[in-house]
Amino acid sequence: MLLVVVLAVLWGLWEGFRALGIHYGWTRPFTVDATSMPHIHSMLQALFERPNAQGPLLIVTLLQAAAFTAKEAALGFAMGAVGGFVLGALLAHSRVMQRGFLPYVVASQTVPILAIAPMVVIWFTSVHVTAWVSVAVIASYLTFFPVAIATLRGLQAADHRALELMRSYAASPWTILWKLRFPTALPYLFTALKVSATASIVGAIIGESPSSIAGGLGGAILNFAQYYSFQPQNLWATNIVAAALGIAFFLAVVIAEKIVVGRAPEHVG
Amino acid sequence: MSVVSINGVTKEFKGGTVALQDIDLEIEQGEFISLIGPSGCGKSTLLRVIGDLIEPSRGSVTVNGKSARQARRDHDYGIVFQDAVLYNWRTVAKNVALPLELAGWDRERRRSRVDEMLDLVELRGFEDHHPWQLSGGMQQRVSIARALSFEPPLLLMDEPFGALDEMTRERLNAELLRIWEASASTIVFVTHSIPEAVFLSTRIVVMSPRPGRISKIIPVDLPQPRSAATREEPRFFELATEVREALQLGGHVGVPA
Repeated sequence: MLLVVVLAVLWGLWEGFRALGIHYGWTRPFTVDATSMPHIHSMLQALFERPNAQGPLLIVTLLQAAAFTAKEAALGFAMGAVGGFVLGALLAHSRVMQRGFLPYVVASQTVPILAIAPMVVIWFTSVHVTAWVSVAVIASYLTFFPVAIATLRGLQAADHRALELMRSYAASPWTILWKLRFPTALPYLFTALKVSATASIVGAIIGESPSSIAGGLGGAILNFAQYYSFQPQNLWATNIVAAALGIAFFLAVVIAEKIVVGRAPEHVG
Repeated sequence: MSVVSINGVTKEFKGGTVALQDIDLEIEQGEFISLIGPSGCGKSTLLRVIGDLIEPSRGSVTVNGKSARQARRDHDYGIVFQDAVLYNWRTVAKNVALPLELAGWDRERRRSRVDEMLDLVELRGFEDHHPWQLSGGMQQRVSIARALSFEPPLLLMDEPFGALDEMTRERLNAELLRIWEASASTIVFVTHSIPEAVFLSTRIVVMSPRPGRISKIIPVDLPQPRSAATREEPRFFELATEVREALQLGGHVGVPA
């Protein structure tokens, strides 16, 4: 119900702005016309039309592209999550490692992914790794960082008394990690996984062009961007599908969190 | 043989604060010892030194004839803090079972012991609740059940009822005495409540601050078992007065808590 109301409001805002802009001939912040702001119904309509007379419906093409991108993003997300967790756990374990390596971990995120992507593609192609796997690696570059930082923070978030209790049981560091630090870190970890889930889609889409992959959403976006002035609704329709994929990834993490963290209200640590 | 033997223990923290100075204390099997004193007198520090959670700067602590460290490794004591310190992601039953899990008990044995413990603290039926679904008093009872679950010969309690209201506190005081009698364990109990110390203890160790030291040890000769009526006996008030005077002689009454 809420979803319907929100969608209706967003629709109203878009169409309202569009109608006013065209009526008064607004030129700021941009010129409003059928190209800059196509009708929402024409975007949705475009999904069920054939861009090429002989080709399949746009939505079929886009869903295939989304499935392809989802495969890359899922692998990238998984690699980033595992890598980020291991890295965060190592950093949490040793103050020396933290001081030595954390600056470079942070620095890695200031290098734009567009600069990294071609290198990754060249490295992996030279060892005959399938192109989509290198896209996954590029996506993992975006996803490992939030997970590493959250793991680092979460593993150190255990309450002083809770640690003292473990010490009174003469628990080993390993036991303390799995029975106390890891459960305490879970809420932090899931927050990071939600960020990473959507970032993995962005990473995969951006990674597709240097890998010359045309079959994913990245390829579709580049393609429709070229024809934007003729058929703006096709690019918008692609964006809708990409957004839906991001939401699907996000929801998958939310569901996993419900199952793992369980019935705790408001992320009880 | 003493359960706890403290010899010349001094604890200086970094920065020069002397939390404990030359503490000597023998605690016998089956005693209920209260450590009482104003904030900063080192009573919690002394408790942690006994439990090997803090190392003394000088002096030694023996528990059951072993070093405090060895006693901790042998699970010779259970500890109860001011906050229940329950793990929120675990149910009540699993919180109580935590030390048993770490000691490698199998599932069946754990379950029957947890049932026993929850009977003892009258929390049967709450096995599958999570800590946040319980009141403060109930949480503290879970924490006591957890501390007693592996039958430690020594129970260390750091102001366990300090955060509870007066009525709950008195009820849990009576409950604790019942548990103490049933389990025949030795208890070291930190408090800053005079009536609580008098009601519970066999001996009261009065401490004074800066530096933390023992200013007086008062044996409590109130008859066992104690009940609500104990609190109204003239001897109860005499002892309470004696403790109060000892605290004042410590010279630091009026130090904000």
